[in-house]
Formats: sequence, C-alpha cells, structure tokens
Amino acid sequence: MSEALLDVEHVTMRFGGLFAVNDLSFSARPQEITAVIGPNGAGKTTLFNCITGFYKPQVGRITLNHPSGPLLLERLDDYTITRKAGVARTFQNIRLFARMSVLENLIVAQHTRLMAASAFSLAGLLGLSRYAQAEAQAVERARHWLDKVGLTAFADEEAGSLPYGHQRRLEIARAMCTGPVLLCLDEPAAGLNPRESAELNRLLLDIRAENGIGLLLIEHDMSVVMEISDHIVVLDYGRKIAEGAPTAIKADPAVIRAYLGEPDEEEAG
Amino acid sequence: MEYFLQQLINGLTLGAIYGLVALGYTMVYGVLGMINFAHGTIYMVGAFISLITFLAATTVLGTSVPLALVLTLFAAMGLTALWGWSVERVAYRPLRAAPRLAPLISAIGVSIVLQNFVAQAQGARAKPLPPVFRGGVTLMDSGDFVVSLSWMQMVIMALTLGLMAAFTWVITRTALGRAQRACEQDMKMASLLGIDVDRVISTTFVIGAGLAGVAGMMVTLYYGVIDFYIGFLAGIKAFTAAVLGGIGSLPGAMLGGLLIGLIEAFWSAYFSIEYKDVATFSILVAVLVFRPTGLLGQPDVEKI
Amino acid sequence: MGGKARALAVDAALGGLVAAAMALPMLGVRLEDGATGLSLGGRFDWVLWAAGIVAGGRLLIGALRLTLAGRGPSLPAPPRALITYVGWAMVAFALILPFLPFAGRNMVDKATLVLIYVMLGWGLNIVVGLAGLLDLGFVAFYAVGAYSYALLSQTFGLSFWLCLPLAGMLAAGFGLVLGFPVLRLRGDYIAIVTMGLGEIIRVVLQNWQDVTGGPNGISGIERPSFFGLSFKMVPPEGSRGFAEFFGLDYSADHRVIFLYFLILALALLTNLFTLRIRRLPVGRAWEALREDEIACRSLGINPTTVKLSAFATGAMFAGFAGSFFATRQGFISPESFTFHESAVILAIVVLGGMGSQIGIVLAALLLVGLPEWFRELQQFRMLAFGGAMVLIMLWKPSGLLSTREPAIRLKDAP
Repeated sequence: MSEALLDVEHVTMRFGGLFAVNDLSFSARPQEITAVIGPNGAGKTTLFNCITGFYKPQVGRITLNHPSGPLLLERLDDYTITRKAGVARTFQNIRLFARMSVLENLIVAQHTRLMAASAFSLAGLLGLSRYAQAEAQAVERARHWLDKVGLTAFADEEAGSLPYGHQRRLEIARAMCTGPVLLCLDEPAAGLNPRESAELNRLLLDIRAENGIGLLLIEHDMSVVMEISDHIVVLDYGRKIAEGAPTAIKADPAVIRAYLGEPDEEEAG
Repeated sequence: MEYFLQQLINGLTLGAIYGLVALGYTMVYGVLGMINFAHGTIYMVGAFISLITFLAATTVLGTSVPLALVLTLFAAMGLTALWGWSVERVAYRPLRAAPRLAPLISAIGVSIVLQNFVAQAQGARAKPLPPVFRGGVTLMDSGDFVVSLSWMQMVIMALTLGLMAAFTWVITRTALGRAQRACEQDMKMASLLGIDVDRVISTTFVIGAGLAGVAGMMVTLYYGVIDFYIGFLAGIKAFTAAVLGGIGSLPGAMLGGLLIGLIEAFWSAYFSIEYKDVATFSILVAVLVFRPTGLLGQPDVEKI
Repeated sequence: MGGKARALAVDAALGGLVAAAMALPMLGVRLEDGATGLSLGGRFDWVLWAAGIVAGGRLLIGALRLTLAGRGPSLPAPPRALITYVGWAMVAFALILPFLPFAGRNMVDKATLVLIYVMLGWGLNIVVGLAGLLDLGFVAFYAVGAYSYALLSQTFGLSFWLCLPLAGMLAAGFGLVLGFPVLRLRGDYIAIVTMGLGEIIRVVLQNWQDVTGGPNGISGIERPSFFGLSFKMVPPEGSRGFAEFFGLDYSADHRVIFLYFLILALALLTNLFTLRIRRLPVGRAWEALREDEIACRSLGINPTTVKLSAFATGAMFAGFAGSFFATRQGFISPESFTFHESAVILAIVVLGGMGSQIGIVLAALLLVGLPEWFRELQQFRMLAFGGAMVLIMLWKPSGLLSTREPAIRLKDAP
C-alpha cells in the first residue's frame, strides 16, 4: 500500500465545554473507501467540517498528501481546500442549488477551472472562443457524470424538484465535477430505499475504481459500510475507539459495547 | 461636568423612547425572524393618536391635564396596538409561507401607505404642541449652567420603568410569555404542541405596537412637534438599538436603546449635530460587522 | 352554507368595528394648523365610510374565497418562446416610440424616466435577483454616479462621454468599499446595513457644503452632446450644432429624443450584460450564492469575491444611470437620492419577479410610468404606490414573472 492520502493527527474540536472531537488521529489511503462510524453525536460531522475547513480545530494537524505536495488543511480556508487541495464534500441535509437546473449545478462545480479559462469571465463577456471551448469541456464533464449517476434525462430540470434519491446522487456528481482527490460523503445513504442504497454502493465502488481517488464517508447504514469500506474508524463521544478492516471491526468488543452490541439499537443489523 | 450631566439626562430620556420602540423590533424578530419594517411608522401613528387624543381631551372634553395624560396613554397604547394588529393581519399573515423577501417588500409598502395616509389625513406640515407642563427640579446650579430634570423627563423614565417591569412579568411569568418563547425556539414544534401560533404572533405585534404607541406619546409630549416622517429615522435608530443590544434579546433592546440615546445626545453636544445620524448608522454597521450578536444576544453557530 | 354566511357576516362586522376604532382618531378628527396653534375639526362621517368600506371589503373577499375555493392557480407560466418574442417586441416598440404620431415631447420625457428606473432595476437585479444580496442602499451608487459626473465635468471640464465610464468606475469602487461590511451578514441584516450606508452617503452629500453644495446641490451641469455636436440653440463658439450638422431645423425636441435613445442604449447594455453574465462563471456563481452559500464554499467558490463582484457590478450600472440622470436634469441635490428611491428600485425588482428581465420592465411601467400619467392625483400617488406594493406581494409573493430559465440547456449544448 502507498502512503496515506489524508492524515488526521490529534485533532480536537470543542464547543464550549463539550469535546465534539477529542484527540483523534487516523489516516485514509488513496483508492480506498474509509468509513467513519459511530453513534449519533459521536462527532462525525464535526470531524468532516474540520477536514473540509468549515470549522477550525483548536488542536491538531490535518495533512492532505496531494500529488503536487502535502498541504495542511487546518490552515486553509474552506473554499481553498476544494480549490487547491482537491477535497470535495456532500452534506448530510442535501445542499443543492435548488432553483438552478441539474446541469447548472454541475457547471457551477467547475467554477475554478472556468474562471481560469475565461480570465475571470472577461474573455467570455467579449465572446472569445477560448471560453466557448472551456464551456464545452465543462458540459462534457457534466454529461459524463450525469450518465454515471443516471440523471441525464433530468439535466434541464430544476434541481430542487428532483426526488430525494436523485438529489443525493446529483450532489455526489456535483462534488466529483470539482475534480477531487478526496471525496467526503456525509451520510450518503440516509433516506434511501434498499434499491437506491445498492445503486449508491455500486456508484461509490465505481468512483473508487475508475477515478483512483480516496473516499471518506460517514454512514449509519451498516449494510453500506460493511459492504464497501476498506477501512473503518469508529468514534464514540469524539474519541476513536477502534480502527481496522470491516471484519475486525465487527468482532471488536469495544465497538460492540459502544455501538453495535445494543440489542435494541436500530443499526444492530 | 454640569453640561455632561445634563446630556446624560437628555440621552437617557431619548434612549428610553428608542428602547420602547426597539422592543417591538426585537420581539417580532425573535418570533418571526423578520424585520418589521413598518414598525417605525406604527410609532409615528402612535404619536399622532396621542396628539389628537390629548388635544381632544384638553380642549374638547375640558379635562384636567393629568386625566388627559392618562386618557392619552390608554388611547395611544390601545389604538396603536390595533393598528399594529391590523398591519400584521393584512400585510404579513398571508405571506407567512412566501419567499423571504415578500414580507419585507410588503412591509415597505405598508410604511409608505401609512406615511402618506397620515400626510393626507392630517396634513404634511409639522404639528407643534405647546409644552404640557413646564418646570422640573434643579439638580445642580453652578452659576452659569443649570442641570435640571424636567417633570416630563421624570414621567418618561418612570413610565418606561413601569412598562418594562410589566412587560418582563408578562414574558417570564405568564402562559402567553411561555407560548411566545416556545414559538421563538421552534414554531413548528410549538404548533404541534397545541399553541395557537397565529395568536401568539398577533399578540407579539399588539404588544410591540402598544409599546411603540407609548413611545409615540412620549415623543409628542417631550419634543412637542411631530410630522408624518418621524417614523423613518426613529425606526432605523430603534432597530440599531435592537441590533446593538442583540436582536431577539429583550433586555438587550432596552440597553441598546439607552446606549443609542446617550450616543446621540453626546455626539450632538460635543461633535456635530449634522452628523449625528451618521454616528448611529456607523454604530449599526460596526456592530453588525464586528459583533453580529450584539451585546446581550446569543451567538448562533452556523449549522452545516 | 348558512353557518358560513353567518361567519362571514360576523367577520365583516368585526372588521368594520376595528376599522372604525382605527379611523376614529386618524380620520374622524382633523388637526388644523391655526395662528394660535393646533385646533381640532371633526369629520365623523369619514369614520363611517372607512368602517363601511372595510366591512364591505371583508364580505366581498370572503364571498370570493367561498366561491373560488378549490380552484387552482389560474395563470400558467408563459412559455419561453413567448417571453422572448415579447422582449423583442418591446425593444422594437421602444426604438420607434419617439417617432410615433401620438408620442409628443412629454411622452418621450416620461418614457425616459421609466427607462431610468428600468436600468436601475436591471442593475439592482444583479445584486438582489442574481446574487441574492438584499440591497436597500442602492440609491447611494446612483448618487455617486450623478455627483461624479457633475463634479468631474465642472471641475475638470471633462465631457459626458469621458465621465460616463469614470462615474461607473467610481460607483463600482464605492460598491467594493460599501460591500465590504456586509460580507459576513445574512439576509435581512444586509438590507438594514445597506440602508444605513445609503443614508450615510446622503447625509454626507447634504452636509459637505464645500464639495457637494450641501442641500442646494449642484446646478448648471453640462448637458450631453451628440459626439461633439451640441443641442443648444446657439452652439458654442467654433462648433456646430446637431440640427445644423444634419440640416434640420433647430428643435428642443432633439435633445429630449437623444436623451431617450441614450438611456435606452444604456438600459439595453445593462440587459445584454446580465443575459450574457448569467452564462459565465461569475454570473453562475452569483446565482449559486443566492441558493446556498455553504455549498458554494464546498465547491471552491470564494464567497467574498463573488459578493463583492456582484456589489461592484450593480453599483457600476447605477453609476452610469446616475451620470445620465445628472446630465438630463442639469441639476442634482441630495433630495433625489433619498431612501425612498432605493425602496422604489427594490420594489421594481421584487415585484417584477426576481431575476426576470421583462418582469422588471413591467414593474417599472406599473410603479413609475402609471403614476406619471396620473399626475393630477399627485397627492394620492404615493398612497397608491405603497398599496400596489402590498397588493402585488399578496397576490404574487414571488413577483409578476417568477419562472426562471436555465442559462444553459443540455439539449441545446454542442
């Protein structure tokens, strides 16, 4: 195995007196799916917000080993993390541009590249062909991802009018359109029915296989986690209580005690 | 020193008036999360109602001044509250599910209507009222400068304190106050628990407008001149007070009002009268930029 | 049905009572200014009228609700092609308007005024409609444009055509400076802060006597020329007049018509810019920002630059409109740049249906044009104006034309 793509070291995030994430360290490798699991309130989303720059951790270091050199994420602004470090994300409660069309959502995601191609839109304003080419490429990339997530037929619809499952897939496609090296998915299977959930698994495995990027996902749905993850990190009250391959996690007594072992817990399956 | 003390008294009086208006902004913002743009004009309507009632009581009914004042107080509170209630009922309630900007535009429309209605119905010229009672107590006399606290200033401060006490009691101790605080937290949940949200919102507007009515009465009697346009500036200043204190916080609104009153009084006294409004606006901008939660407001963490 | 009718009657009666109570001091008594101070006059019949009108109105609305209950929204969204045709038809009409037989000088003048507001509306639409930043101080940039032109032209003797871009740039610069404080704010707060900033600019204009002339404003501002050809009856020494150059008889109408075409061109430029920018990364980022700022950040879009660019761009067009205003009037004073103007422009944008270019034209015609034709009813204009704002919002909370067309379609893409 190659070196880690993402190194999280001793990250701590406090809100008032509450430790949402407490001295957490783990790594995620390229071309692997790393799952972060844990009961509600375990600090998973906070961790995500630290990695993607929406929160700044009080303590710790988050390194992304980008092909062009390592970057310290906790020092970057949220938007530069996507732009420079190539970290893309989705949200627990879907955040699409609801009144824009599906295609427009995917083209907005390619903002950085299009801005460069159009000299901050000036070239486009003057109608130069350089921008037309860049736009055609952007549409091509969008078309590719529309095909992948099966939304080509909906390309010109308003994103907000799509059914829930479609919106989830569109959000993933949109994140992929930024051209990331690490894709962070916040509960991508939440609210999906079993068939959609199975489709999602295929999509994620596909992304890993074809794009060779790392995936980091937070998930409650154990069927998704156990089926597709290469590596699992278990959190409880902001601390890491276990880490390892799915089979090892299933057998870990600490995990069973904290999370899987409760007989009347929903997720116990 | 004497000059300073006098400005302090003037500023506190002015601040009490702003504070009462600011309460209306803060309450509505707390419950509905919207800026009631027409609130300043409601205060202006309150001032006119007070002026008319006071004149009617003293000249037509021939009552004594203290009785006229009591009558005016009730009329200003009750009738202004009715205006506030109607505005909510007609212009805001149908827009509760509408896009975010719709109620704001509707509110701007209402304030234009009210201003021009008053200008047409009562004339656009400024309305002077001779001082109701002169005099007061002399606090300090240094020979060339006299610090005095007029009776009117005492009435304003006492009335404000009384209203604040009553108001605090309503919000913290009564079922109505509980329902209102519940709606502030989570309107949907409150309605699921059987709270009549529409009624709570109506009451919020009624209380807010009632307080603005009293403020209108105070300004009429204190300054002795009003016109149909006074609501605009006073509205912005009271809103600034609400923001400065922390929007949504009731003690904050009062504190903010007093601070704005003091700043305005001292700014006019020591720097320049022309730019006193610039001072207020600059404070508004500065507070929002550097401390958006105001002095007493709760910080709200961005949920992602 | 009987129960419903009774409820309706009770509701109407209550409405009438409330109206009567509200009207009693405000309408029933009239303050009369006299030599000795205020006195009161009664006109209690007005109270009855008010109560009757409100009660009747409640009855009518209630009855309409009962009969229309269950019917869906009446108007379907107009198809895309129709909107395009209407747009072109409007442009064509605007082009020939001054030459139509019924269009006198007065009408062209009014059309010019409407076009100023159309342009301001289109400019503000960039900020409010596209970027979703609720700007209530837009008039400040209009003022900056007007004063820039007036001062540049009077101090340095620069021509209108040189001042126009300069005024736009200055206004855009102010947009950047004033946009900065509102970057971190959300929603309604932006509205209040921009309103405050707008007022600050006005107060400064009012009090900075040495530069702005204070409340008296600036007069004798240079009128525009047709690429150097003057519209004056007697052209300045050594130059030729417009009429002479084209072999026409001198007429004061020439300037009015020229000003009309000038603002038409400026307005169409604004429109063209907006239509174009919506297809470009910056414009898309504005719209995305309006929809969800956090999602924007997660896609590598820097919200600060996006917001500032929207503010500055909108301000630039306001600056252009401002210099046009100054050159048309020949006189400017702080009076023309009150908060009320900002409210009117915002109302035009929102009533038109945010983001809809044609909607803005309709709203400008409705809110600015219509009242101009009822000048005899001057005193009730503003009353009707405010009432229209409320009623249109109640009728169509998302504006007159609120359907949004995607700027790019997969089926049209190469």
